[in-house]
Amino acid sequence: MSIQVNHLTKLFGNQKAVDDVSFRVGKGEILGFLGPNGAGKTTTMRMITGYLSSDEGEILVNDTPVTEENTKIRAMIGYLPENNPLYADMYVREYLRYVARVYHVDNPLKRINEVIGMTGLSKESHKQIRTLSKGYRQRVGLAQSIIHDPEVIILDEATSGLDPNQLIEIRQLIRDLGRDKTILLSTHIMQEVQALCDRVVIINKGKIVADDNIRMLSQHLAKSYRVEVLFSRPVVDTTFQEMKGYISHVPSGTNKYIISGNDENLNEAIFDFAVSKNLKILEMSTRQESFEYIFQQLTSSAS
Amino acid sequence: MKAVYLRELGSYFSSMIAYITVGLLLAVLGLVLWVFPDFSLLLTPFAGVDSLFTIAPLIFIFLIPAFTMRSFAEEKQAATLEILLTRPVTALQIVLGKYLATLTWLAIALLPTLLYVYTIYQLGSPPGNIDLGQIAASYLGLFLLGAVFCAIGVFASSQTSNQIVAFVLAVFFCFVLYYGFFFISKIASFSGSLDALIESLGIDYHYHSISRGLIETRDLVYFIALIGICLTWTWSAIAKRS
Repeated sequence: MSIQVNHLTKLFGNQKAVDDVSFRVGKGEILGFLGPNGAGKTTTMRMITGYLSSDEGEILVNDTPVTEENTKIRAMIGYLPENNPLYADMYVREYLRYVARVYHVDNPLKRINEVIGMTGLSKESHKQIRTLSKGYRQRVGLAQSIIHDPEVIILDEATSGLDPNQLIEIRQLIRDLGRDKTILLSTHIMQEVQALCDRVVIINKGKIVADDNIRMLSQHLAKSYRVEVLFSRPVVDTTFQEMKGYISHVPSGTNKYIISGNDENLNEAIFDFAVSKNLKILEMSTRQESFEYIFQQLTSSAS
Repeated sequence: MKAVYLRELGSYFSSMIAYITVGLLLAVLGLVLWVFPDFSLLLTPFAGVDSLFTIAPLIFIFLIPAFTMRSFAEEKQAATLEILLTRPVTALQIVLGKYLATLTWLAIALLPTLLYVYTIYQLGSPPGNIDLGQIAASYLGLFLLGAVFCAIGVFASSQTSNQIVAFVLAVFFCFVLYYGFFFISKIASFSGSLDALIESLGIDYHYHSISRGLIETRDLVYFIALIGICLTWTWSAIAKRS
């Protein structure tokens, strides 16, 4: 049970939508697939599900190549596309019954009830899909993607449009599923990746810019330290250079600066600097290298 | 394929689509065949239902495209086709499933018109003095004609994500195939040379040939080939994705 992508390339005209992408997702792993809009996430996922064919490279799901003709491999994949397309005029149970029939699910009625319970659809299961709120539609989308108990689940922005409570429930469900399945989850919400994923692949302009454990990634990138300081009076720009380990600074308000340095004890260096210049420090806070910041750095540096 | 077929059929009958289209067909046929004096079956001196087979194709040219316009266009618009193509069904199974569902609808739409035949049968003098063999052949012809229109409609629908475009395209193709070739063959410069060939390309020619009660292989082949061509094109459009 795995997804293996090797040197995948997809061209739309002359434009490389996906450019030499390789990664692997193993069993029991939830891989976050992160990137700005238009980075090639959806295109990659469409190729893995067999909707689009690749121009170069290969995709192996459970060590079997994915091709347009191979319907057997498609039965092992559960897919929730972006924007969650549904037949609005069908009823929830009717729709799930139809999906179960397409996948030849054994004992479909039992399985439909199971899936309805798992996704928390019980109260809404007798309704027409058209009448459901966005959060419940998303649950229907999730339910159809797992009804045949697939080994590999591909979720393209699965939690968009959910309110905070629904978000927690659905994330828990994805986490539970992730224990014994292979999940590839695309998103552009950083918290999602932090909350759910063990590993993250960051893609920008069709290329992979990072493939790492989330914690490692933050450490890896934290080459510089940043501290925000409020001084009692303005500081002449050039005098900053007397600070130990100084790299750069940016004004962030009246007498307020964000200072970057390569000294591990940047805070102490700033204190010493203030003393030597007869400045008073009114406020000082260390800037956390947040995941957003890492993401911005990675995706903007590649451009 | 069965799942696609059943879903499609279910969607016709769980929404108003099937009821409105079948109802409309019967209402128009009922008016023309029983009320309007020019075509009224009651006023013709012979016990026959020929008017039915003259009027029905005219209604089909508009009704069938209206019915089939959504089959692929709607799925493209809503992107449900994307998810359907990632399921373990082939493009061919999807096309056939949808097409068979439209044929089922066609059969259901035609079924109530048997009541007209029964009525005329009873009104014959003596009752039953009616050419049932010819009527059966005419029904076969009408069903084949409807089946071709359905294939054209499904094909037009597979070419676009806009239902209006699908409808207009389908009406156009149906019209050209049904009347177009007949009228083109009447152009004076074709007279005596190509006119017979051109006329035989149109549906009208083969439809009337079957309606006369003569079921010939070449007419059957013509209809089946047309359906085959339309469905193959549809299949390649769906298999190609976007």
